[in-house]
Amino acid sequence: MLKTGTDRVKRGMAEMQKGGVIMDVINAEQAKIAEASGAVAVMALERVPADIRAAGGVARMADPTIVEEVLNAVSIPVMAKARIGHIVEARVLESMGVDYLDESEVLTPADEVFHLNKRDFTVPFVCGARDLGEASRRIGEGASMLRTKGEPGTGNIVEAVRHMRMIQGQIRKVSAMSEDELMTEAKNLGAPYEILLQIKKDGRLPVVNFAAGGVATPADAALMMELGADGVFVGSGIFKSANPEKFARAIVEATTHYRDYELIAQLSKGLGTAMKGIDISTLLPGDRMQERGW
Amino acid sequence: MTKIGVLALQGAVREHINALQESGAEAVSVKRIDELNNLDGLVIPGGESTAMRRLIDKYEFLEPLKAFAKVKPVFGTCAGLILMAKTIEGQDTAHLELIDMTVERNAFGRQKDSFEAELHIKGVGEDVNGVFIRAPYIMDVGEDVEVLSIHNDRIVAARQGHFLCAAFHPELTDDYRLHQFFVQMVAEKKKVIA
Repeated sequence: MLKTGTDRVKRGMAEMQKGGVIMDVINAEQAKIAEASGAVAVMALERVPADIRAAGGVARMADPTIVEEVLNAVSIPVMAKARIGHIVEARVLESMGVDYLDESEVLTPADEVFHLNKRDFTVPFVCGARDLGEASRRIGEGASMLRTKGEPGTGNIVEAVRHMRMIQGQIRKVSAMSEDELMTEAKNLGAPYEILLQIKKDGRLPVVNFAAGGVATPADAALMMELGADGVFVGSGIFKSANPEKFARAIVEATTHYRDYELIAQLSKGLGTAMKGIDISTLLPGDRMQERGW
Repeated sequence: MTKIGVLALQGAVREHINALQESGAEAVSVKRIDELNNLDGLVIPGGESTAMRRLIDKYEFLEPLKAFAKVKPVFGTCAGLILMAKTIEGQDTAHLELIDMTVERNAFGRQKDSFEAELHIKGVGEDVNGVFIRAPYIMDVGEDVEVLSIHNDRIVAARQGHFLCAAFHPELTDDYRLHQFFVQMVAEKKKVIA
């Protein structure tokens, strides 16, 4: 009679995060700053993406000590990242009581062929997607929430914009198609037909889609909301800035009031230096995290 | 037609607007204080109560919301229920303090413990699908509060005068009976005010 881990409960959890900001944190102190600044959830990590990029080598699930520390520090939901296809990292984090798992390209993939079968888990998953085919495949595997991949740890919004525009444009295209065109579109996109059919009927994705990967300023966050994001993940952008607390608060407010440009001007005054950032064209192909996963 | 606002600082706003419209009311989102004008009632949606409270404080929404609630009906779900409670377990201060009750946050556990269950809601009906997500529950109510639903010995819905609250998320289902109940409350109150 009492059912846990249902689609409604897993997707509903993400619905409650809408209009909010989810922040990457690496310890209890940062988690408390994020919560006090109005974050709707925190992502517990060993290193933020910019530092993962700098450190090189293999990036894995965070040390459970850090995850536990963050779980105990805040009352808002705690998310954590597992490597793509790493069933055991995901199960370990689930067993610790993490509220949401990110099967993330920010970490080094553990499986180059298969993503996790996320339907097997009670804990809900968020996954990255660059286009509607990738988004539909992840939903097909049981993802309860999506985010753009962007290009993590760069402080450069251009890739997140590309991915959000791509997905929104493809949703509009699919919505306008006749049903007899849909199977061919499913084949071309590599998307499960039934999920594409649902997207066509509803005119939107069946799960929420956040922006992620390159958000560095309040204006970046507002831009992604304008383009149709349901909310925003900020990774390196907050705790790699000169004044994390001010940045965090300003990004939260800009996300809520993304069309109030006078307010965003006010919020952006005297924030100090944003994270330095990287021009995408200077990244070697192997350093592009968004190419991980399929 | 009754016009009902949904507080849109953060959370599941679209679902409530849809449920209110399906229940025969006009529904609008409320992001600024002046948008409270001309409303007959207000819904405070689910979301993260700490995040909503910070935005309420930032935009000095607290007093206008309290003033609105003195005369107009308010319905809170999950985080909205927490914002309406007079007392929050383990915290020295509460938020809008509209309903004489003590609530506990995340009282059913973390996300992996989130669940769906069939509820009986007094005055609303049987077999209402309750979606509980990191949900709170009501530990104790004052004598003026009417308990509407109990799940496993825990109070999960209540009413005090023109205030209604639920620990679960009726907006995430296609069952609009609880929203219809609230729209009816708003319509009755509107008649009294007129």
